[in-house]
Amino acid sequence: MGRKILFITTDQQRFDSLGCNGGSVARTPTIDRLAADGINYTRAHPQSVVCMPSRSTMITGQHVATHGVWMNGVPLPDEAPSIASTLHDVGYRTALIGKAHFEPFLDPFLRFVENQLGTSGDFSRDVNGHLHRGFDHMESASHGGMGSFHYARWLMQNHPEAIGMYYRVLDMTLQVNSSGGGDTAGPQVHHNAIPREWYHTEWVADRTIAWLDSLNANDDWFCWMSFPDPHHPWDPPQSELHRVNWRDLDLPENYPVDRTEREAILDAKPRHWRLWYEGEFVSNYEAPASWVPKTLTDDQVREINALTHIENELIDEAIARVLRTVAARGWADDVDIVFTTDHGELQGDYGLLFKGPQHVDSLMRLPLIWRPAPSAGVAPSTVTSPVGLVSLASTFAHIAGVPEPSYVEAHRLPTHDAEAPALGHERVLTEWDSVLFGKIVRLRTICRDGWVATACLPGTVHDGSEGELYDVSNDPLQRENLWNDPRLEGTKSDLLADMWDSLPSTASPRRECDAPV
Amino acid sequence: MFIDRPAEHVWSLVGDPARLHEWFPTTATEVVGNKRWVSLASGLKFEEDIVTLDHDLRRFQYTIVNNAIVKSHLGTVDVIPDGDARCVVVYSTDADPEVMALMIAGAAGDGLERLKTTMEES
Repeated sequence: MGRKILFITTDQQRFDSLGCNGGSVARTPTIDRLAADGINYTRAHPQSVVCMPSRSTMITGQHVATHGVWMNGVPLPDEAPSIASTLHDVGYRTALIGKAHFEPFLDPFLRFVENQLGTSGDFSRDVNGHLHRGFDHMESASHGGMGSFHYARWLMQNHPEAIGMYYRVLDMTLQVNSSGGGDTAGPQVHHNAIPREWYHTEWVADRTIAWLDSLNANDDWFCWMSFPDPHHPWDPPQSELHRVNWRDLDLPENYPVDRTEREAILDAKPRHWRLWYEGEFVSNYEAPASWVPKTLTDDQVREINALTHIENELIDEAIARVLRTVAARGWADDVDIVFTTDHGELQGDYGLLFKGPQHVDSLMRLPLIWRPAPSAGVAPSTVTSPVGLVSLASTFAHIAGVPEPSYVEAHRLPTHDAEAPALGHERVLTEWDSVLFGKIVRLRTICRDGWVATACLPGTVHDGSEGELYDVSNDPLQRENLWNDPRLEGTKSDLLADMWDSLPSTASPRRECDAPV
Repeated sequence: MFIDRPAEHVWSLVGDPARLHEWFPTTATEVVGNKRWVSLASGLKFEEDIVTLDHDLRRFQYTIVNNAIVKSHLGTVDVIPDGDARCVVVYSTDADPEVMALMIAGAAGDGLERLKTTMEES
């Protein structure tokens, strides 16, 4: 019997949202305990700041350039490497419960297996009898009550009246809805009348518990429990709104209240920042096309932050329920728990919401915690070295005691800083490529030695000369762009040279984008 | 999509609007006059007007109608000879909202792959 693995992900959660990382609003005692007992990574980055590419990196252990899912809407091929397959092949029982999103959500022709499974109510095999991505059991959910997901099917069969209680994510033009609600009319804000026990966070925990209860005590297992929150829409059950009163919240530290100051910060960054702020250049589908960030109000920022904190508390409590099941099954000493998210959220930083080609801590600095099985005897630590989600697959293989798969592009996570250099954790890389509707933005980013450098490749609004350079230690909010500082020309050149040396070459031919998300 | 079969051979399938489900990722097709109803695996059903069915040009055009989301649409399939034994099939879509065009294009990619396989194995 080996070590079991509970892999917990959220969607679009900031590093600073957790108590263990300095968060002071949402109460997250369960995750904080995992951090205290395990390894807390304070400089973990995704390899893409949107869902599908980032999740594809998690499961393949590869950079975006290699797995080829360069943006949302580009499906990860069914035959792509999968750490779940690797673990399944050595005898692990495997499950993914919650948000998968390796394949496009918008799929009216039902071309993709994830959506076929969710629609049919099957849990494992595709129409050809193959185990999909190595999971014995897949139960899917997303951000509401509609779509080709098991959760939507469950809601339709059991509580159809609740489907319409959720915010409608898309508008009638199939764009991400910009209509506002709640108390402040903030975009994607909504008071949701759904009872808490029917909400997707609870459902993900319920289904995880049911799957764990179906296992034999001696089974080795890998369970990816994937919460759709706190990704927008911001519509937690309204019964929980009492937890955080938005009127009591301070504005985020990185929200420049003064409009002149805010716009000066944006103007010092590459031009796509200000153009988006003005509503003139929306290059990410998931930022509502008809919403103009410039219209964001202080109170909308407060309310959106409050709702996010509430969603994070519900996640923490759902995790606690699952951990009680783990303990009740007698597995507490033998389970490794890894907690992270796929990318961050601007959440008011720089006067912006949602996400896009903004390679700053708001989107790139992620919570990442590895609580090794107590039986492994690994000492708790805080790791400050730069690491990436690209290391998760090899970490899971390491936990399971199998050789590092040949397909991965990064060694396992270090258990302490002294171990990081030998495992290659000196830098972490992030890529962005968007072309939707003719708006081309391409970024390549390196983080190392306390610097974050981003090169803007030629595109619709960049000529290849622009970029961003931040001294993260002295400018933790990344407000001062040093890209054009002549005193730092050598630093910039060294960082970019290392980045180009370290990035894998892009897979060719580039895969088609089949949907916007 | 290049297909190693004569244009008239490929057109015998593509040029029959009632046989769409034999190569495109749809589940059922019903044609009455110049009207077509196409069923998708997701349960959606599109009502379409057949705009062009030209057996000389080997061009088929259709438009999705009476749809709450699709404001305008024109799909065109051309089968163009490339010598006596080979042809190229071109599927193009204009749509509003533009997101719909992207999803149809993805399905068309699958459809053309299946069409090539079906034709070249026949």
